[in-house]
Amino acid sequence: MTQIAEELLYLPVMAKVLEVESLTELEKLFLIQLPDGHSLGNAPGQFVEVSLFGIGEAPISVSSSPSRSNGAFELCIRRVGDLTNALHTLQPGDTVGIRGPFGHGFSLEKMKGKDILFAAGGLGLAPLRSLINQVLDERGSFGRVIILYGTKQPKEILFKEELQEWADRKDVEFHLTVDRGDETWRGNVGVITTLFSKIALNSRNTVAAICGPPIMYRFVLMELMGKGIPETQIYLSLERRMKCGVGKCGHCQINNLYCCLDGPVFKYSQIKGVEEAL
Amino acid sequence: MSLWIIDKSAMATFVANVMGDYRVVGPKAKGPQFAFDEIEDPAELRLDYNTSILPPKKYFQPQEERLMTFKRNGDSAPEAVIEAEATVIFGVHTCDLHAMRVLDQAFTQNFPDAHYLTRRRQALLIGIECLEPCDEHSFCKSMGTLTISEGYDLHLTDLGDVYAVDVGSEEGLTLLKTYSDARLATESDMQQLNRALSAKWPRFPYKLELDVDELPALMSQSYNNPIWETLAEKCLACGTCNIVCPTCFCFNVYDEVDLNLENGERSRRWDSCMLDVFARVAGGENFREQRSARLRHRFMRKGLYLVERYKHLGCVGCGRCARLCLADISPINVFNELHE
Repeated sequence: MTQIAEELLYLPVMAKVLEVESLTELEKLFLIQLPDGHSLGNAPGQFVEVSLFGIGEAPISVSSSPSRSNGAFELCIRRVGDLTNALHTLQPGDTVGIRGPFGHGFSLEKMKGKDILFAAGGLGLAPLRSLINQVLDERGSFGRVIILYGTKQPKEILFKEELQEWADRKDVEFHLTVDRGDETWRGNVGVITTLFSKIALNSRNTVAAICGPPIMYRFVLMELMGKGIPETQIYLSLERRMKCGVGKCGHCQINNLYCCLDGPVFKYSQIKGVEEAL
Repeated sequence: MSLWIIDKSAMATFVANVMGDYRVVGPKAKGPQFAFDEIEDPAELRLDYNTSILPPKKYFQPQEERLMTFKRNGDSAPEAVIEAEATVIFGVHTCDLHAMRVLDQAFTQNFPDAHYLTRRRQALLIGIECLEPCDEHSFCKSMGTLTISEGYDLHLTDLGDVYAVDVGSEEGLTLLKTYSDARLATESDMQQLNRALSAKWPRFPYKLELDVDELPALMSQSYNNPIWETLAEKCLACGTCNIVCPTCFCFNVYDEVDLNLENGERSRRWDSCMLDVFARVAGGENFREQRSARLRHRFMRKGLYLVERYKHLGCVGCGRCARLCLADISPINVFNELHE
């Protein structure tokens, strides 16, 4: 766990917005640089607390992989409340408060040598992208890389250019689907679980990493169980209101767990009997 | 450590002397009740109080406290604000001393919290032994909090004309020697103290039908008990139980900007896991939407989750939640019903 001087626990540092890219109607990608050349030092799956002073602070998962940091990191932010709507007005050169990184991310070491199955629903791709790109940058250390991604509609698809790169790679099995197509959509139509029929897995050697809305977990977990993937090899990234990020404020409690300390990435075996988890 | 004796008639001088160098707080009359408040005249200090509306927790985690100040425009960094002053708290009951151990753990573990810890380090706790039950709502004897052997700087026991003063820390001893004319206890003082302590126990009833050590196991078996649904039918989800609890420490964080829209402050305020928005996330999903789930979470936290995390029970049997509950929900009845 990162050590933080106790008097600086809640104090954000002023980071600079380097680039802003509109991904969809609702999501923007922000490239952010910490002051004094500090690197974020995040693990894939960790989150930061993002502040605009006078509006508030919220937990946002880091979307860039540590392997591609170049001294800056990316946050993919959906505008959904006061803070995120205000964040969407930021321009390159503006400042934003950052604390973190916090939480337990994905354990890359435990995934090495294994086939990796990614299943992302909607904005769930944002935290998984951090892990996906890290894995791709160390491609030789892993077995098969299978990426399943589903959104409600084609217009909600994130990171389109990057998805195309993944789809073009010979060493990545990439499958995309939308719940409802439109007149131009030529790809798969159906919820993400319909993609599972397209893939055969060596279940004992597969590690799954999933992130999406709560409803998605239930159905994806059923598919994974049906394919015989051990519960100890399934990782989920959960969303909660991690107001303080450091295990104090209580908002992110999941029964006896604190999402900000014990998560946000959990092993399925860790939360299977935890009723409030999903 | 050592045992001392101070005359009751000398207490006012002791308090007045301490007031010269410290903020002194303690129980004061507030209408027919008592509340911890700043002592401006030693005569206000009511060490004979039964219970206080709020626990002394508020001197370590205030209802509202500033975390930082900021400027809205420009790139200037926010400035941390830690407001602490040297404080002596007189008259802390043993249930509340036990509760402090939970708070100390919560604000020290993983990420130490300077806002709490700075105040804690600058405070001395002077406990007082309860010799009579405060009322029918408390169940300290059942929770093992009717007395305490550590966690205080000084601890008083009323022996009629004098207080026995048990020293719990070097700082406590220095305070006692510097500001009072207390004398070391004699053998006969110790015998008098022992008589007082042994005489108090029969006055306090056991309220729980189980041993306190069984409580975490009981709670771990009670997750799907129908009692949560039954209680939720009368619970108003008002959060009063959280607000008066000596071990509740959850908070929310707010930004406020002054009228010129230039300067502002970020502060934290007590929050309540009984309120319906507590576990809601930005997308609208609420992970404890049902009142029964929130009620269960609160009881699970007190009887199980906090023990797992901090090695101390989250309930100290002070009875404050039951005393003020508009729906007459008492942990005594809840724990006993679960035990049946």
